[in-house]
Amino acid sequence: MQIFRYIVARCLHAVPVLLGVTIVVFLSIHLVPGDPIRIMMHGRIADSEVAKIYHDLGMDRPILLQYVVFLKNALVGDLGMSLIQKAPVAVLVVEKLWPTLMLLAFSTALSILIAVPLSLLAAFRRNTWLDTAIRLGSIFGFAMPSYWIGLLLMLFFGLLLGWLPISGLGDTPLDQLRHLFMPSLTIAFFLAPILLQSLRSAMLDVLTSEHIEVARAKGLSEWRILIKHVLRNAMIPVITVLAVNISWLLSGAVVVEYVFGLPGLGSLLVRSVGYRDYPLIQGLAFVFGVLVVIVNLLADLSYMLIDRRVLRS
Amino acid sequence: MTQPLLAIEDLTVGFHTPHGSVLANKHLTLTVAAGETLGIVGESGSGKSVLCRAILRLLPSPPAEITAKSLAFAGRDLLKLKPAEMRKIRGQDIAMVFQNPMTSLNPVWPIGDQVSEGLRIHRGLGRAAARQVAIDILKRVGIPSAALRVDDYPYQWSGGMMQRAVIAMAMTGQPKLLLADEPTTALDVTIQDQILSLLMELQRETGMAIILVSHDMSVVSETCDRVAVMYAGSIVELGVAADILSAPLHPYTWSLLRSIPHLDAPTGRLATIGGQPPDLARLEPGCPFAPRCPVASAECRALPIALKTLPGDRATACHFPERVAQLDQRAAS
Amino acid sequence: MAAVAEERQTTRRNPLLRELGSWSSSLKCGAAITLLIVLAAVFAPWIAPYDPNAQDFEALLMPPGWPHLFGTDSLGRDIFSRVLYGARIDLVIGFFTTYVPMTYGVVLGAYAGYKGGWFDAVLMRIIDVAMAFPFLVLIIVILAILGPGIQNIYISVFILAWTMYARLARAEMLVERTKDYMTAVKVLGFPQRRIILRHGLPNVINSSIVFSASDFVLNILLVSGLSFLGLGVQPPLPEWGAMIAEGRDFIRDAWWMATMPGFAILATGVGLALIGDGLAQRLGERHHTTV
Repeated sequence: MQIFRYIVARCLHAVPVLLGVTIVVFLSIHLVPGDPIRIMMHGRIADSEVAKIYHDLGMDRPILLQYVVFLKNALVGDLGMSLIQKAPVAVLVVEKLWPTLMLLAFSTALSILIAVPLSLLAAFRRNTWLDTAIRLGSIFGFAMPSYWIGLLLMLFFGLLLGWLPISGLGDTPLDQLRHLFMPSLTIAFFLAPILLQSLRSAMLDVLTSEHIEVARAKGLSEWRILIKHVLRNAMIPVITVLAVNISWLLSGAVVVEYVFGLPGLGSLLVRSVGYRDYPLIQGLAFVFGVLVVIVNLLADLSYMLIDRRVLRS
Repeated sequence: MTQPLLAIEDLTVGFHTPHGSVLANKHLTLTVAAGETLGIVGESGSGKSVLCRAILRLLPSPPAEITAKSLAFAGRDLLKLKPAEMRKIRGQDIAMVFQNPMTSLNPVWPIGDQVSEGLRIHRGLGRAAARQVAIDILKRVGIPSAALRVDDYPYQWSGGMMQRAVIAMAMTGQPKLLLADEPTTALDVTIQDQILSLLMELQRETGMAIILVSHDMSVVSETCDRVAVMYAGSIVELGVAADILSAPLHPYTWSLLRSIPHLDAPTGRLATIGGQPPDLARLEPGCPFAPRCPVASAECRALPIALKTLPGDRATACHFPERVAQLDQRAAS
Repeated sequence: MAAVAEERQTTRRNPLLRELGSWSSSLKCGAAITLLIVLAAVFAPWIAPYDPNAQDFEALLMPPGWPHLFGTDSLGRDIFSRVLYGARIDLVIGFFTTYVPMTYGVVLGAYAGYKGGWFDAVLMRIIDVAMAFPFLVLIIVILAILGPGIQNIYISVFILAWTMYARLARAEMLVERTKDYMTAVKVLGFPQRRIILRHGLPNVINSSIVFSASDFVLNILLVSGLSFLGLGVQPPLPEWGAMIAEGRDFIRDAWWMATMPGFAILATGVGLALIGDGLAQRLGERHHTTV
């Protein structure tokens, strides 16, 4: 019952934010200075045709009515038509969703694999040269432009060593993993340091808490204490940090997809800015916003699985 | 004489800090017989908790360094055991109950799971069997409807109930020796008595020995067979509880006894011990209690002190135990 | 002995030296690196051996060496000189995109935290929605509306970047508001603006100051990234990200074209991040915000 209440409360919390997202997305095309249709068509269009497009798009109706229609359509997954590509925005977006989601999952997994052992090392050997070296390393990782480190990885592993493909996304799942490795590593260069920093202090908190001593007094091995009593507790801050930084992660993904020519949402966004394909840009912004909201919701729900204390409030 | 369950001989625990070494336990010699209750009393910082952790070898080294002539439990020297062997003793032969039940349980796991964890590790019990044992033990320590509450999380329980769970956790291994480090300090006064009598009941049933650490002389006086009084890392007085209570042979013990409030005592201010416990990092030669002692003399400050055995199974680390009697007279007048 | 005594006396006399002595090593290193880069930017015309835009078709794609320290690009321009001049562009953009939004963000957040009520509620909803979009995506959307270019980057960052600061300042003000000194000035009947600006602000600004160091780094990364995507500073201006973009096509034959400006960004970022690290330690860990 408590669990049910918690889930409902979290979902309800997301609703106003989602509404706000739709408002921003809806308004964006109306904020274009001048005539968006003319800009989109680069002026190669007759006045009568412009009026017809406005009418077809429903953009000659009162703005509030337009929003209601927009919202209704968005609810059933209709995000309008791309005027440039002459295809439904929803179809174009869904096509590119998969590579982006894979990139997110792969880079998050890679960052966790890097950050967890290093943060444990830093916590166990705190205030030693090793701790300092790890902290310094994460500052370097944080300060590197991701498109730059992506280019360098490409140069080194792709062109000089020829180990990994430098662009595109393969066909078979295994091939796709090979293609995604360098882009994911590039993202891990800035995501892992962020994780590392909060994990280190979380690990320190857990390691010095009394229940760890109790576990030792029970005769558990250090290994079991680490797996069962330290890592599980430290997962809570990991999830928080990942959720808080999902916006940065997605921002990084946009750039990295562009660098590695991955056919994902990010490279589609960059390209459609060049074409001024406003309906497509709107659709992409909407999907990015929804992704952030969903990830935050998932984070809230996974707290519940890891730490039942959240049910108290 | 039969072999004692625990025989500590000349145990010293040092901590290495950047500002030099600190001796938290100094040359402790102590025995615990099977089935008996030994009380250890002293102010905070006197080294009581360090002693418990040293017995179980829970102190991280570095910074801690444990040395002893022997630290024998049932005839085996604990200091000579390999880490894996020591782990088999922890939670099985020797168990420990900690001061703060609120932080003794991991907040992210169900209570029953934590209570039975030792059984699964040490005895290889399956999940279902371990759960059943956990329910039985929780029932035994007085958790109502234990079968329903075994899957609760720590945040759902009160402090007193959690301490019962921690005791249950310690009892799963059927230990021969239970170290109870201030098990009631963090609890409400009404709960304190319940927890203490629970421990005594469990002792009667299982015949285990208990080392009960407390800063509270009244707790120890109610429950213990023998008492060791600690001050500044050393034992300053040791003997049968009743003897020590009726006729202390160390001024520090005398002061501790005087600071217990008595319902039948005449009104007036509660006695306190003047001054502060000494800084373990810079101890003077001579008796460490001398600066606070009402009957100290020049010799006390100069002569090094050791625990002297007296007739009647007693020992004191006072140069002049006979002066304690004067204190009674002085207080009476 | 005499030397020690002497040194002690000079430190006592000079508050600046005493202040410097109390800095942690990360703060010192970070300040030194940042100062170096700022000096390089200021004195670029005197240090740079070449005109950053002078093309030399006799020296195309020269590898690093002498006289072209960092090599030359596909138009024969000296990369070292371009990197030096690039510091002027990137540092200035980074500075304004960080500290302009910080000023009104902190004030808005402090005001919302102090007042509460509908203003606070509305502000928080706006912030929630702004933060529901990936920062870069929203910037790109605004640039798609207004058109690419540095002026529009300023506008879009000014529209969005205050949210983080408002959030930090509001959270601190909620704590600060309940403290005795705030009640005291309220009882004295001071006007609200004075209470918030003069008594509240200095106490709620710490976490924003710490965050601003990492934010500076993030903004340089953002702006250079937008230039890399072709949405920011346009060539031939020697902006670091734009230079990396130009070098991208030559990565196989002239690795230095893309690599050298990247080192400049890295050095600037490390310097600023170290300052942030040092400030976080100094002002207390609780102000340490991970982006």
